[in-house]
Amino acid sequence: MNHEPLLLATPSGDVLNLRPEGPWTAANVVTLETLSRSVGADVDRSRVVTLDMSGVSALDTLGAWVLEKLSRRAASSGRPAQFVGVADHYSGLMEEVRQVNRHTPAPAAAPNPVLARLGDLGKSTVGAREDVAIFLQMLGALFMAVIGVLRRPRSLRLTSLVYQLYRIGWQAIPIVALITFLIGAIIAQQGFFHFRRFGAESYTVDMVGILVLRELGVLIVAIMVAGRSGSAYTAELGSMKMREEIDALSTMGLDPVDVLILPRVAALIIALPILTFIGSIAALYGGGLVAQFYGDMGPAIYIERLHEAISVTHFEVGILKAPFMALVIGIVACSEGLRVKGSAESLGRQTTTSVVKSIFLVIVLDGLFAVFFASIGM
Amino acid sequence: MDASQDQFAIRVRDLVVGFGRQTVLDHLSLDVRRGEILGLVGASGGGKSVLMRTIIGLIPRRSGTIEVMGQPTGGHGRGAATTWGILFQQGALFSSLTVRQNVQFPLRENLVLSQELMDEIAIAKLEMVGLRAQDADKYPAELSGGMTKRVALARALALDPPILFLDEPTSGLDPIAAGDFDVLIKTLQRTLGLTVFMVTHDLASLTTVCNRVAALADGKIVAIGPMRELLQSEHPWVRAYFHGKRSQMLQHEMR
Repeated sequence: MNHEPLLLATPSGDVLNLRPEGPWTAANVVTLETLSRSVGADVDRSRVVTLDMSGVSALDTLGAWVLEKLSRRAASSGRPAQFVGVADHYSGLMEEVRQVNRHTPAPAAAPNPVLARLGDLGKSTVGAREDVAIFLQMLGALFMAVIGVLRRPRSLRLTSLVYQLYRIGWQAIPIVALITFLIGAIIAQQGFFHFRRFGAESYTVDMVGILVLRELGVLIVAIMVAGRSGSAYTAELGSMKMREEIDALSTMGLDPVDVLILPRVAALIIALPILTFIGSIAALYGGGLVAQFYGDMGPAIYIERLHEAISVTHFEVGILKAPFMALVIGIVACSEGLRVKGSAESLGRQTTTSVVKSIFLVIVLDGLFAVFFASIGM
Repeated sequence: MDASQDQFAIRVRDLVVGFGRQTVLDHLSLDVRRGEILGLVGASGGGKSVLMRTIIGLIPRRSGTIEVMGQPTGGHGRGAATTWGILFQQGALFSSLTVRQNVQFPLRENLVLSQELMDEIAIAKLEMVGLRAQDADKYPAELSGGMTKRVALARALALDPPILFLDEPTSGLDPIAAGDFDVLIKTLQRTLGLTVFMVTHDLASLTTVCNRVAALADGKIVAIGPMRELLQSEHPWVRAYFHGKRSQMLQHEMR
C-alpha cells in the first residue's frame, strides 16, 4: 500500500488511459497539483480519455475536483472523458463534484484607477455632507429633548445622569490632573530655560498662566475626554445598537435620545468645565513646582507674579469654551455610536472615527473661539 | 488499531467537567460510531454544549479520556481542522472576510495550494452546501440566517474532515429552511462519509436525520439509541422531554 498519490498515464494511439492511485486527498494537494499539470498536455493531445479509478485508496472533495478538472479539460475540446471503476462509496462524491463550478460568474472588470480615485473623492464629499446633516440632526434632537425636560423636569433621567457624571467626571480626575500637571511643569521648564538667556525669566509665569488658562487647560482636557469618554460612548451605544437594545427601547415608546443620549451629553457638558478647572489648577501647580526647584522662584513670588499676570477674563475665556467642546464631543460620540452596523469590525471603525472626528472638531472649535474672543477684545 | 477501535469515531470515557464548585459532566461515557449521525439532547444549560466543547478541546476536563479517530485528544499535535469541522450556533464567520475568504481560510492555513485551485475548491464547497457562486463575494453581515449557517458549514467542511460537529444547526431557521438544512446534512454525510455529532432541540431533525439519539441529564448519558427506543425509555427526564405536551403534539402531527 503506497502513501503517495500517483497518476499513471498510458497513452496507446489516440487513447489515453489515466490511472490515479493512492490517497487523492487534501493532505497531498501539492503532489496532486503537480500530477494533474504533468498530464495536461497528454490530455489535450488524446482523442479518448479514460480515468480508471480502481486504484484510488482515499478520495475527498479536493482530489475528486482535481480529477473532475482533468475530465473537463478533455471534454472542453469535445472528447468527453470516461470514469471507470469508481468505488461505490465514492460515486456520490464524484457525482456531486460533477455538478459544481459550472456557472462561474465573470469576474468584475477592474475599474479605471483614475475614475476609481475620482469616485472615492465624490463619495467622501457626499459623505461629508451627510456627516454635517447627522450632526445637525443630533443637535436638533438633543434640543428637543432638553425642551421636553424643561416642560416636565421629572422626565430627566437623573440616575443615569449621576452615574455618567461619576464615570466620566469623578473617575477621570486623577488622570486629567496628572497629565495637566506634567504639561504645566514642562511649559514652565521650557519658559525658564529659554527666557533665562535674555533675562526675562519672570515672564515665564505670565506665559504659563495665560497659556494654561486660555488655551492649553481646556484643550488638553477636551482631547483626553474625547479619547477616554467619547470612545466609551461610541462603543457602548454601538454594541447596544448591534444587540437591538436601542430598537427595543423605541418599541417601548421611549426615545433613545431622551434615555441614552441626553444624560450622556449633559454629563459631559457638566463635567468638562469642572475637569478643565481642576486641570488648569494642576497645571499651574506643576508650573509653580518647576519655578521653585528649577527657576529659583519661591511660591510667594510665583503667586504674586501670577496675580499680576492673569485676570478673571483669561479664566473665563478658557472655561467658557469647555461646555461647547463637551457638546461637540458628545454629539459626535453618540451619533457615531448609532451608525454602527451589525459587525464587530464596524464597531471598531466607528469608535476610531468618533475619536478622530471629535478631536479634530475640538481643535477647529478652539480656533474659531480664538478669533471670536480676539475680535470682542477678551 | 484493532477493529473495535476502528468502529468508533469518538470515544468518551469517565469524563468529568466542572466550573468552580459546580460539576457539569459527571463521569460521562459516550461512543460515536463511524459514519453515523448522533443527536444529543439535554436540558438547556444541562451541559450539551459543554460536552461538545470539551471534546473539541475548548474546555479543559477534570478527568476522563477522549479518543477521536482512535487517537487520544489533549495534545495540540495534529491539526485539529483536518480532524473535525465545527458549525457554531451563530456561524462564527469572520466578519472582516468575504464568504469566499471564510471558506478558504482553513485551506490557506493548512495546505499549500495555488490560488486558482483554492478558488475552485471554495466555490465547489459553496455549491455543495446549496449556495451560488455569486454569493462568494458577500460579507457575513449581508447574509441571511440560513445562508450564514450554510457558509459556516462550507467552512467546516473545507478540509474534508471525517467528523462534523453541529451546535444547534437548525435553531433560528424557519421550518422550511430547517428541513432543507436537515436534508443537506444527510446528503453531505452520505457523499463525504462523515460522522456527525449534532447538538439539537429540533425534534424533527432528531427523527429525520439522526441514526441514534443520546439524552444527557444530570451530567450523564441516561439513554442512547435510535429514536424509537428513546421514545420507550423509562427515565423520567427522557419521558418528560419526548412525552411532554409540546413533543406529543409534534409527534402526533408527524404521524
